Amino acid sequence: MDFLRPASWEEALAAKAEHPTAVPIAGGTDVMVEINFDHRRPEYLLDLNRVGDLEEWEVGEESVRLGASVPYTKIMENLRGELPGLALASHTVASPQIRNRGGVGGNLGTASPAGDAHPALLAAGAEVEAESVRGSRLIPIDEFYTGVKRNALAADELIRAVHIKKADGPQQYSKVGTRNAMVIAVCAFGLALHPETRTVRTGIGSAAPTPVRAKAAEEFLNAALEEGGFWDNGKIVTPSVAKQFADLCAAACNPIDDVRGTASYRRHAVGVMARRTLTWTWESYRGTARAAFEKGGAA
Amino acid sequence: MPTNGAPTKITQGSQTKGGIGESTLRPDGTLKVTGEFAYSSDMWHEDMLWGQILRSTVAHAEIVSIDTSEALALPGVYAVMTYDDLPTDVKNYGLEIQDTPVLAHGKVRHHGEPVAIVAADHPETARRAAAKIKVEYRELPVITDEASATAPDAILVHEGRDDLPQSQLRSTGGTPISGHVPHPNIVHRQPIIRGDVASAAERADFVVKGEYTFGMQDQAFLGPESGLAVPDEDGGVQLYVATQWLHSDLRQIAPVLGLPERKVRMTLSGVGGAFGGREDLSMQIHACLLALRTGKPVKIVYNRFESFFGHVHRHPAKLSYEHGATKDGKLTHVKCRIVLDGGAYASASPAVVGNAASLGVGPYVVDDVEVEALALYTNNPPCGAMRGFGAVQACFAYEAQMDKLAKEVGIDPVEFRQLNAMEQGTVMPTGQPVDSPAPVAELLRRVKAMPLPPERQWESSEGADVRQLPGGLSNTTHGEGVVRGVGYAVGIKNVGFSEGFDDYSTARVRMEVVGGEPVATVHTAMAEVGQGGVTVHAQIARTELGVTQVTIHPADTQVGSAGSTSASRQTYVTGGAVKNSCELVREKVLEIGRRKFGSYHPAWATAELLLEGGKVVTDGGEVLADLVDVLEGEAVEVEAEWRHRPTEAFDLRTGQGFGHVQYSFAAHRAVVEVDTELGLVKVIELACAQDVGKALNPLSVVGQIQGGTTQGLGVAVMEEIVVDPKTAKVRNPSFTDYLIPTILDTPTIPVDVLELADDHAPYGLRGVGEAPTLSSTPAVLAAIRNATGLELNRTPVRPEHLTGTA
Amino acid sequence: MRVNFTVNGRPQEADDVWEGESLLYVLRERLGLPGSKNACEQGECGSCTVRLDGVPVCSCLVAAGQVEGREVVTVEGLADFAKQRAEHGGCASGACGTSLQDAQQWAARGTDSQTGEGGELSPVQQAFIDAGAVQCGFCTPGLLVAADEMLERNPNPTDADIREALSGNLCRCTGYETIMDAVRLAAARQGEAV
Repeated sequence: MDFLRPASWEEALAAKAEHPTAVPIAGGTDVMVEINFDHRRPEYLLDLNRVGDLEEWEVGEESVRLGASVPYTKIMENLRGELPGLALASHTVASPQIRNRGGVGGNLGTASPAGDAHPALLAAGAEVEAESVRGSRLIPIDEFYTGVKRNALAADELIRAVHIKKADGPQQYSKVGTRNAMVIAVCAFGLALHPETRTVRTGIGSAAPTPVRAKAAEEFLNAALEEGGFWDNGKIVTPSVAKQFADLCAAACNPIDDVRGTASYRRHAVGVMARRTLTWTWESYRGTARAAFEKGGAA
Repeated sequence: MPTNGAPTKITQGSQTKGGIGESTLRPDGTLKVTGEFAYSSDMWHEDMLWGQILRSTVAHAEIVSIDTSEALALPGVYAVMTYDDLPTDVKNYGLEIQDTPVLAHGKVRHHGEPVAIVAADHPETARRAAAKIKVEYRELPVITDEASATAPDAILVHEGRDDLPQSQLRSTGGTPISGHVPHPNIVHRQPIIRGDVASAAERADFVVKGEYTFGMQDQAFLGPESGLAVPDEDGGVQLYVATQWLHSDLRQIAPVLGLPERKVRMTLSGVGGAFGGREDLSMQIHACLLALRTGKPVKIVYNRFESFFGHVHRHPAKLSYEHGATKDGKLTHVKCRIVLDGGAYASASPAVVGNAASLGVGPYVVDDVEVEALALYTNNPPCGAMRGFGAVQACFAYEAQMDKLAKEVGIDPVEFRQLNAMEQGTVMPTGQPVDSPAPVAELLRRVKAMPLPPERQWESSEGADVRQLPGGLSNTTHGEGVVRGVGYAVGIKNVGFSEGFDDYSTARVRMEVVGGEPVATVHTAMAEVGQGGVTVHAQIARTELGVTQVTIHPADTQVGSAGSTSASRQTYVTGGAVKNSCELVREKVLEIGRRKFGSYHPAWATAELLLEGGKVVTDGGEVLADLVDVLEGEAVEVEAEWRHRPTEAFDLRTGQGFGHVQYSFAAHRAVVEVDTELGLVKVIELACAQDVGKALNPLSVVGQIQGGTTQGLGVAVMEEIVVDPKTAKVRNPSFTDYLIPTILDTPTIPVDVLELADDHAPYGLRGVGEAPTLSSTPAVLAAIRNATGLELNRTPVRPEHLTGTA
Repeated sequence: MRVNFTVNGRPQEADDVWEGESLLYVLRERLGLPGSKNACEQGECGSCTVRLDGVPVCSCLVAAGQVEGREVVTVEGLADFAKQRAEHGGCASGACGTSLQDAQQWAARGTDSQTGEGGELSPVQQAFIDAGAVQCGFCTPGLLVAADEMLERNPNPTDADIREALSGNLCRCTGYETIMDAVRLAAARQGEAV
């Protein structure tokens, strides 16, 4: 095993080009477990800790450019306003110690369906900034996950940052685990209201081979909200709409039975979380937009 | 006779600071908070090698061949050993039945069984070498439950059983265990028959039946198995290891190495928790074999993955119960059958069966009883000792039954238990009368009388605090679907080794003047595993010898056996031994005093003399001499064995016999909040009342109760080793998927300690460690049933069981 | 490979480090600092918690090569670390830390400890002893590092804050009640010391 210690992003890209089998290590919270338990013996470890700008973020007009190694703790502390869904998801990651090390780049690189950030990224809308010595590209999050623990990165590419749309409405995130802290998701659900486009986006974790959106559920809800004038009148989403949304979210799952939970439970739980997060976000939307409704204007 | 709460047999020394009854602090506390306390995994030696174990990847198979040549050729590898390299004819070990191969011979019987061992200069070299050992297996069908174990054509897990129990070990009345079991795949079977169940059942107005399942729990002590073996110049070996019983290890290790016991010098290293999981051997023999083979010190440290294969677990169980009661709420009869899965090797299974059977009815008055308990040999992971030891599984089931029956009869569940609660004088189903306080009804009363935690504690001005809700930080509910439930349970556990076992301990106590002060040194082989025995030993010595300075000598095999740190027995038995040796030392000190100073004061001859505050005083308080003057130029030392009153074996057909030396009792009230839609549980409070006879160290006592309670909570809602029924392979050997409670899963645990002296025990004390682990689990289950209205007949209860999605 | 870094204020050099070794292994087996514990080696127990450039992390999940040039504080250095913080007015709020005098007083009270005469303890270390939060002690080093850091950030934590901050540290012996007591005690003493 060789330990590569690039001092800059350019050196890191060069090293990855020269050694495409090199395994990037930043927070180490996935890679080191595999090494400690003798599950993996990479030829090269590519340490990204010395590439300082991976731990930085920029808040732009439309989106936040989040460095791949920004630790979850920093996201929770600094980006709760811009990225509420991801901040909530970050708070559910493992333990304080892990949140101090791990970042979204690791979740994306590993591409485990159980990664906590995925549903929040899917719901908010995001692009992954991947780069190699050949150049840089933005991969839409919907195209990023290609299979169980597989992603759209080429062998010579590294994740530099994620561009996540700034919240234009309430976002929520829920995760089911069989313990009240430090637990891997049995399944997880992210929901974002986008009042500007009058759309709703979702993300489901750990209930299919890859993180997925519940597109049929989104389409149903978008239509139902539009039809009922909900975005303007700020009415409570009717229980039947919420229920059908929840059912469609559950139907978007393609889960397995494993040691963490049954397929049947995962489907069920995703439905419950979908209904609850819809209620929470919609109540929040009505709350913030109420003044506008009372004046008869749109939110 | 003692009355409620009255201390007994405190003969002296109550004036000495730091004696019994005070919450003195741990002598090892400073070392433990500075990181300097030397745990077994911290041992280091110049030039040491690292040992690695190659374990079977399948559960049941014949070994066709083992090729170690590539491993041996790897640079940095010093030794590779298999069964063929074992130095003597003794190739098996075991606590009660010597059925466990040091290294697999011809066959593996469970997933993760040791097949070969390697020593190398770096742990990574050792791992790579182990990976290069080629083992060819021919797989056999797996035996995983009672049906497959006792089928007519079942493969025998152990061919040709002739397991006479070792005479020094637990007795079965001299009968070979294999001689009385109905099938060779049953390790041991113990019926208990008392009265006439058939006719008693006719008197029953209500009968409830239930089938219960108890999952496989892991001790999950935080310090994985580890140790260091150092070869000695005389051909012997020194072993620094974390264990529960040095002398039991020694008895099993020495014959395999072909060494006399005196040449295997064992020293207890720091122990990172035990809970039963270190009662069996793990890396001990392997490290010694490699050290003797290579002539170099060898260190072995399991990682968490290996630790799940490196020790026995709590027996999973299937339990069938029938309870009957009259319409005024009196139990008529209990019938039960308890099937424990012992896994591939016997470990402590026979004794666990004895406990499950004899305590299977619980702390209740029932005259007509039929119990059958048995343990199977299967290809599942071996099971043995864990805190609560057979009584835990039974308590989960009989307490569920008591709730069910109370409901049928229409009586409040606590009142129903109190109506049937045993008390001093009650005769157990084994025919043994309970001859010390048994405050079962009182403990229930106390736990019920504690104030309930306020409702909706999670609600604040800023909305819901998810940390206080089911799901916790995962943000699954802000109060939706959350229902509160309350449940009660009580349990009975034996203290000490039972069934005629010669359960003794040894203490060497020395008293001398050091630096102008009288100092006592206490030397025992007791394994301090965290429970605080070392704290209590110093307190006993202060009380008995009237000194402030007490040195606790490291535990090793240079002193006689202390027995195991298990069965809630160490404060009773080794504490008793320390007390006894102190008393003998005291007599000698007084003899010296009489010799030196007797002529100066008549009280030396006439008064009852005490040692207090560094002086010899009369019972009237008159000071006769300073201990420094008495002991000047003389040291007094005594090593003596001490045993509790004898017990006897249970009759193999009827289960009758004076089997247990002492019982302990605890009751719990659980308050839970359940997210009924997602099936997630938050335990809000777990109140406990326990009788401890006499709290030698109240702070430690409460710590034991809270710790035991939390382990019971774990197996109620999350902890289970999952074994694939098709392959008998463990599916979750890691802390990622074997979950134990975090601080966010653990509620406040108010504790009410009752002190009703047991006249038979030193200071009237009662063993503390296990009772709280029994009733905690059924109390949580009862509370979840109360919240959800579901029947819930298995533990741990998982979200899918609460949501109909299993 | 060779790794140079600072541990508890002292420069350290580890040689012949295998590239897959963790910071935990280097501390325990190469630098003679076994205080950080190896209970799970998968980031699920917190027993190996150290501060890496001030931040609490699981040292089992930090590759040894990643600490080149960085600063590590382990439980062995916790008392000194707390003392320096107290002397230099350590944290931004000025509300944390404890005076040397108080630390000595507390240390002196640990008379039951056979070995209590040696060094002085940090307030959180002393509180763990006093509250009975130590049983087997294997989780203790990690808990101490995590609790000390929390009290530095949040001198007046609520119970829920304490539970959240320590939710990455498993304990199997105590049921956590005495750990809660210890952290409350340390916070209270810290408050008195200001």
